[in-house]
Amino acid sequence: MQMTMIEALNNALTLELERDKRVVLLGQDIGVNGGVFRVTEHLQSKFGEKRVFDTPLSESAIIGSAVGMAVYGLRPVAEIQFAGFLFVCMNQLVSQAARMRFRSGGVFTCPMVVRAPYGGGVRTPELHSDSLEGIFLQTPGLKVVIPSTPADAKGLLASAIVDPDPVLFLENIKLYRSFRQETPEDHYLIPLGKAKTVQEGTDVSVFAYGAMVQVALEAAKHARAEASVEVIDLRTVWPLDEEAIVASVEKTGRAIVVHEAPRAGGIGAEVTSIINEHCLYSLLKPVGRITGYDTPYPVPGQEDYYLPTPAKVLAAIREVMEP
Amino acid sequence: MAIQQTEPGMVIPHQILDTEGNLVGEMPDLRAERLLSLYRFMQLGRAYSNKIIALQRQGRATTFGSLVGQEATAVGLAAPMQAQDWLATSYREIASLFVRGVPLATVTYSFRGYTPPYPKETHCLPIQIVIGTQMLHAVGLAMAAKICGDPVVAVGVCGDGATSEGDFNEALNFAGVFQAPVVLVVQNNGWAISVPRHRQSAAPTFAARGAGFGIPSKLVDGNDILAVYDVVQKAIENARSGHGPTLVETLTYRIGAHTTADDPTRYRDPAEIEAWRAKDPLLRFKRFLMKHDLLDEKQDQWLIEAVEGEINEAVREAEAMPPPAPDSFFDWTSANLSPRLQEQRSDLLRYADQSKQEGR
Repeated sequence: MQMTMIEALNNALTLELERDKRVVLLGQDIGVNGGVFRVTEHLQSKFGEKRVFDTPLSESAIIGSAVGMAVYGLRPVAEIQFAGFLFVCMNQLVSQAARMRFRSGGVFTCPMVVRAPYGGGVRTPELHSDSLEGIFLQTPGLKVVIPSTPADAKGLLASAIVDPDPVLFLENIKLYRSFRQETPEDHYLIPLGKAKTVQEGTDVSVFAYGAMVQVALEAAKHARAEASVEVIDLRTVWPLDEEAIVASVEKTGRAIVVHEAPRAGGIGAEVTSIINEHCLYSLLKPVGRITGYDTPYPVPGQEDYYLPTPAKVLAAIREVMEP
Repeated sequence: MAIQQTEPGMVIPHQILDTEGNLVGEMPDLRAERLLSLYRFMQLGRAYSNKIIALQRQGRATTFGSLVGQEATAVGLAAPMQAQDWLATSYREIASLFVRGVPLATVTYSFRGYTPPYPKETHCLPIQIVIGTQMLHAVGLAMAAKICGDPVVAVGVCGDGATSEGDFNEALNFAGVFQAPVVLVVQNNGWAISVPRHRQSAAPTFAARGAGFGIPSKLVDGNDILAVYDVVQKAIENARSGHGPTLVETLTYRIGAHTTADDPTRYRDPAEIEAWRAKDPLLRFKRFLMKHDLLDEKQDQWLIEAVEGEINEAVREAEAMPPPAPDSFFDWTSANLSPRLQEQRSDLLRYADQSKQEGR
């Protein structure tokens, strides 16, 4: 069935709520309103207020109470309305949910998912567009998943919900309704920690995730006459699929990482380090990073200057292709 | 201008025993052996605190926060719980863990600097370090019990300092909105390290905050084991029967330092400590037990010796336990280790072996 990412996520949640009685959904405006983006539309009427419920406007309490629920044996899926508000619940997410297994010597675990929309280009108010995934590279115990297509979103969310540990599931706002894709209606899983080669190539590897996969593909299309570009969708940004990164760079000898998040200390920096550690001698050119700038995410009137674009990625491809 | 109190109980703490051990309220339904068991756990809490402080001074234990002076609250909040109930504590309620059945040796091992798993069936979350955080976990546990339709109650406990944290207030709010079967206890011991109680809130009591969240609340003499037991027991059963949460403030006092790393002579008037020693929870309960012929001096001496023997045995046991494998902390990071973590683990082991060979 052709689905938008919103519909695919809704479908995944529906199937998980049907499959496993322990799954509960909590968050702001997720009940009658179906979420501000409608990801949870009709789920409360289908599954009842006990399993799909609105909470007070209280990010820390949403995550903190989900920790208690997960320890008890439920599988909470909490929605934080925008990833930019995750800072309000950092202690509960980073020091508590991600560390419960560790703190209890393995006695208690936190199998829970925190869903949050992120990403720019849709003219949202301040702090609604920020990409925070890089911060969570230093959160041991937490996985970070970012889908780039409806079909991936469905399979990855299902895997996140059945995962024995907490998963931060970041959904790119621009991708929510930007295109439809054939998506199986039945339940299926896409393994976490595995990247996907979206387009094979032999000259340069472009690593991207979320909305940047489309940007990378667009750039690759423009570069067709000059370079054979391999586009790899990381899908799980933590832990990274090192094997896939290394295998691709060993083949192409050139690498570019593309993300919306600021450059310093982020996913791009980590991918570059992995390449340095494992395949430096296969490299023909320094690794390129096309990312957001190390500034706050700009207000809507200026955000287009901030975001990576096909033109910026194309320029980076040309640069690494120079003899 | 005085704040209008909604209930008189908000400013006059509930008391069953006065400081002389006289019965001044209605006795909860507790048989003689149960009363002696509560007394024994209180003695255990005090003797254990003193023992770990001594071990810390000898370099045999890590930083430790004593509960001396707060034994009635620690024991009284855990004793009315049933096996299926859940407890989320800070670091100040070690005696509550003992009441729940966490072995002394396990806790002692943790003060050697290791992470021992508490037996899962004790339903005690690991002691919380980030102030106030555990109150939300207690509420979440209770919400889950309600969702599942289980007759299970959660108890969360924090100190007076925690009431200034967002999580404490958010926990009260969630508890009220979801009518969670939870009892949230504030151990008001007068001090958050060096900051006195009046710096935490201008309100006359923390119990008064319940009204603002639509939650019934009780102010209790926290050095009166019978009063704490009585109030928490009723709150737990109220929650179990579907009547929602209760906030309990227990008025007590931290006789000792915040932790072994703290020096309270820098900020506290010794006269204040002496005034609170006169309200000692153990002495008060002992007087009560003696007045009712449930205990005499000789039996008390035996009991204290038995408790000390139990602690010494636990310390021996904990000190005989081998340290965990150097790489064991990898096991508790994630259920499945990523290739990168497996590689890092091998790296640790390579250097651990090397240090062993080199005698380091």
